[in-house]
Amino acid sequence: MHNKTLAELAQGLEQGDFSSVELTQAYLDRIESQDSKYNSYITVTPELALEQAAAADTARQSGNAGPMTGIPVAHKDIFCTQGVRTSAGSKMLDNFISPYDATVIQKFNAAGCVSLGKTNMDEFAMGSSNESSFYGAARNPWHTDHVPGGSSGGSAAAVAADLAPAATGTDTGGSIRQPSAFCNLTGLKPTYGRVSRFGMIAYASSLDQGGPMAKTAQDAAMMLNVMAGVDPMDSTSADHPVADYTANLEQPLSGLKIGLPKEFFSDSLNPEIAALIQGAVKEYEALGATVKEISLPNTALSVPAYYIIAPAEASSNLSRFDGVRYGHRCDEPKDLEDMYKRTRGEGFGTEVKRRIMVGTYALSEGFYDAYYKKAQQIRRLIQQDFVRALSEVDVIMGPTTPSPAFRLGEKTSDPVEMYMEDIFTLSLNLAGLPGMSIPCGFSNGLPVGLQIIGNYFAEEKLLNVAHKYQQATDWHTRKPEGI
Amino acid sequence: MEWEAVIGLEIHAQLATNTKIFSGASTAFGAEPNTQACAVDLALPGTLPVFNESALRMAVMFGTAIDAHIGKVSVFDRKNYFYPDLPKGYQTSQLFYPIVGEGHVDIELSDGSTKRIGVTRAHLEEDAGKSLHEDFANMTGIDLNRAGTPLLEIVSEPDMRSAEEAVAYVKKIHSIVTNLGICDGNMAEGSFRCDCNVSVRYKGEEAFGNRTETKNINSFRFIEKAIKGEIERQIDLLEDGGTITQETRLYDADKDETRSMRSKEEANDYRYFPCPDLLPIVIDDDYIGAVRDSLPEMPDARRARFVETYSLSEYDAGVLSNYKSLSDYFETVVEQSGDAKLSANWVMGELSKHLNQNDTDITASPVSAANLGGLLKRIKDNTISGNIAKKVFEIMWADGGTADEVIEAKGLKQVTDTGAIEKMVEEVIAANTAQVEQYKAAPVEKRGKMVGFFMGQVMKVSGGKANPGQVQGLLKQKLDALCD
Amino acid sequence: MALNRTDVEKIAHLARLQIEESDVQAYADNLSNILDLVDQMQSVDTTDVSPLAHPLDAVQRLRADVVTEENQREALQSAAPAVENGLFLVPKVIE
Repeated sequence: MHNKTLAELAQGLEQGDFSSVELTQAYLDRIESQDSKYNSYITVTPELALEQAAAADTARQSGNAGPMTGIPVAHKDIFCTQGVRTSAGSKMLDNFISPYDATVIQKFNAAGCVSLGKTNMDEFAMGSSNESSFYGAARNPWHTDHVPGGSSGGSAAAVAADLAPAATGTDTGGSIRQPSAFCNLTGLKPTYGRVSRFGMIAYASSLDQGGPMAKTAQDAAMMLNVMAGVDPMDSTSADHPVADYTANLEQPLSGLKIGLPKEFFSDSLNPEIAALIQGAVKEYEALGATVKEISLPNTALSVPAYYIIAPAEASSNLSRFDGVRYGHRCDEPKDLEDMYKRTRGEGFGTEVKRRIMVGTYALSEGFYDAYYKKAQQIRRLIQQDFVRALSEVDVIMGPTTPSPAFRLGEKTSDPVEMYMEDIFTLSLNLAGLPGMSIPCGFSNGLPVGLQIIGNYFAEEKLLNVAHKYQQATDWHTRKPEGI
Repeated sequence: MEWEAVIGLEIHAQLATNTKIFSGASTAFGAEPNTQACAVDLALPGTLPVFNESALRMAVMFGTAIDAHIGKVSVFDRKNYFYPDLPKGYQTSQLFYPIVGEGHVDIELSDGSTKRIGVTRAHLEEDAGKSLHEDFANMTGIDLNRAGTPLLEIVSEPDMRSAEEAVAYVKKIHSIVTNLGICDGNMAEGSFRCDCNVSVRYKGEEAFGNRTETKNINSFRFIEKAIKGEIERQIDLLEDGGTITQETRLYDADKDETRSMRSKEEANDYRYFPCPDLLPIVIDDDYIGAVRDSLPEMPDARRARFVETYSLSEYDAGVLSNYKSLSDYFETVVEQSGDAKLSANWVMGELSKHLNQNDTDITASPVSAANLGGLLKRIKDNTISGNIAKKVFEIMWADGGTADEVIEAKGLKQVTDTGAIEKMVEEVIAANTAQVEQYKAAPVEKRGKMVGFFMGQVMKVSGGKANPGQVQGLLKQKLDALCD
Repeated sequence: MALNRTDVEKIAHLARLQIEESDVQAYADNLSNILDLVDQMQSVDTTDVSPLAHPLDAVQRLRADVVTEENQREALQSAAPAVENGLFLVPKVIE
């Protein structure tokens, strides 16, 4: 059962091939026996999962099943889950049992889904390798000496290792797409505001966006059907009609205009990756698409702009972790200041402290204009690049990452080297556009992702474009050895 | 050289919304600690703000009432600092694009002149919680019920030059916000708070001196005292060759002095930036127009109307128009009694005296406006005299009831029967022969005054119920007849 | 833009972060590298470019002024480090 897609599982449940309890138990057993190799879960919730599975089976028997009823999924440990520890990968929240459900969790509950547990992640979603997790790094099932990517590394590892059929992730600068690329998954970062952020622990509010990580585009569409929609609790969620994302997956691609930004294909791009991307583009041409070179001239600036805006917002978003109302508090504080400093010094890891300090500095008196305002102006330029390009083409394609999954520890000593990993993904978050990563081949046995970028609220089109490719290729069906 | 004070005020008015500015928790005062602090107010991880439509409308009401520029696009910013009563570690406020821009109010000074005071801006922000220092050894208790209560911070230009002007300005703003119904104005409960920025300089100088900001002043009287004290302190210090430190000071009402707040000494760097969890608030002319059309009559307009319609003096009209509750009361009394001047005298006299003595708000007056009007009607139609009316009022204040009920029950109805009055007049003349002789001996021009004695006697005999006009007429007639 | 130890200590204080003495230099080096990276922005002319704070051109929605949250003190304080009589306790605040 564990190697099936969501669509297949839904069919199996529908036909009565297995019950949700059986399915859920199978996944729980696999997690129990296998996850020590991958460290993909921070918290597994077997009792809750089986309870939800039993309720789903009952609902199905009484004819109240929807398309996702009884399907088990895993959630990134950034979504607050009532009664369950929600840690955001941080010591700061190691003892935090959320008293409420995130909107995304509520929606999965309402859809009758089963939650297997909470997946590993970079601390507060700050990282590209999952190595900043307080709970230790998750491992890439394709090669356990390599990182699964980040920050949604646990979700990626869990799905790639068949420890969940699909999972939620969040993407602030590539955190859905990059781990999807590293683990041979189909990941979708929706348009900013498409999925509610309420209950999703904030890293950088104007960039954060939740989305699905799955085995196929069709599964991602099924997940997005659950997740998408305006939320009265999130002022920034978009009041824009929600499509049935599974409805138009089969649209033919003839006449599709693909733009290839020349800045994504510089000489410094790993040649194997460049070749795989070109191969995928050829496949699209075979499916009837036309290709044209475009320019996104400010691409290189997305790294500096992002590494001001995200830390600035984070420095403020993470001020609430002060040891007063919940979470970690240091032992025997001497006074108030001592409580603040030791609580936060102990509760946050190095990368989080680093970003808080960068953000604090960027917003401090005398530097605001040179850093924060400048970054927001560059953000405008980056958005304008995309708007211009997307007036000429339907989708933009390129690599998701400059290289395949790197080794654990390879980039931890130099944060700047790590930040450069995000070069192709950051600009979408800055512009608020939707993007996907889908499997398009292998380099030295490690998966490579094709990034597909669409216009605002073009998730339906992106999923269609991804799905048609997956019908013509089998990269996405490849499994790591032993799984 | 003569010193001159320069005063600017920041007023924080809690808006009278049902719920917090960014959450659906109640803002009611006085609940058990932390029972009105929801997940958003506690800044639980993942929670987000959603803006309260009433807070917006009330801010725009204030802006239109002071003839201010209204920000059609206003933006919430974050003011970052750590404090235990500030759950998010930042206060959501408006620095760069406030909802209300430049406006003004006119204040009336005791010499009868008016002065225009500029309002720089008024912006929306959230209140913090409360720190409770008593009851715990070496610990402070934090109650977050107040956290997230909407505040309108009204910032004045440094246009005031004396404590008197400052108080007149604060009272004016107080009267506007309470009149609009956007703030309950309760200073004791902290619904209406004032921070005073004070500096001094030699008269005629352009540059401002170093200023201090005095916080925590919770009555009009204390504002006056705190500012006076601070002006004196600064002048004394400067004249002794000292310098003024720019600092935050706290007013201690018990000692009637300000003192430096050590904890705020550290230079703050608030790292303001636009709040990414909230989008720009965009309103159009239709919205502003609709709010303007819905404004209740404002004190200045009402004052003019009182002068015009009721022929009240400027002073009386001013007093009666300041607060809507008082104005409404007054107008009901007029409606019932049919006499504006008499109504004004009673509302500002007997009624105000009783309210003050009993520390009672006019909205809780035991004598309703309708009942006071009913009482005055009985003066007008000669059922009772003004003096009896005061007695009736006392009884109404203490025991309730309408004037007619009291007059009936106590038998206070005025005697207007000419025969009965004539009888009393004759009795008094007969019983006071010595005074009658004096009257007869007095020159004609002095006699008028001497009638007063007989008046008093007759009123005494009648138990105050004789109609004074009739008594006076009859007395003059009878006494003068004796002189011929 | 290179940050020295004093800069790091100042920023860490502003952000209320305890940094071990032995780690200060490493933070100074890393933060300096990051600032060098972001300084690339300074070469771009952004005169007349309006800052982009939100990717979507959306405006704030308004919430009806109706009480929707009931008292949940017990549940919400269950995660608190120190509570007494319904109050969150912190080391004494000196004013």
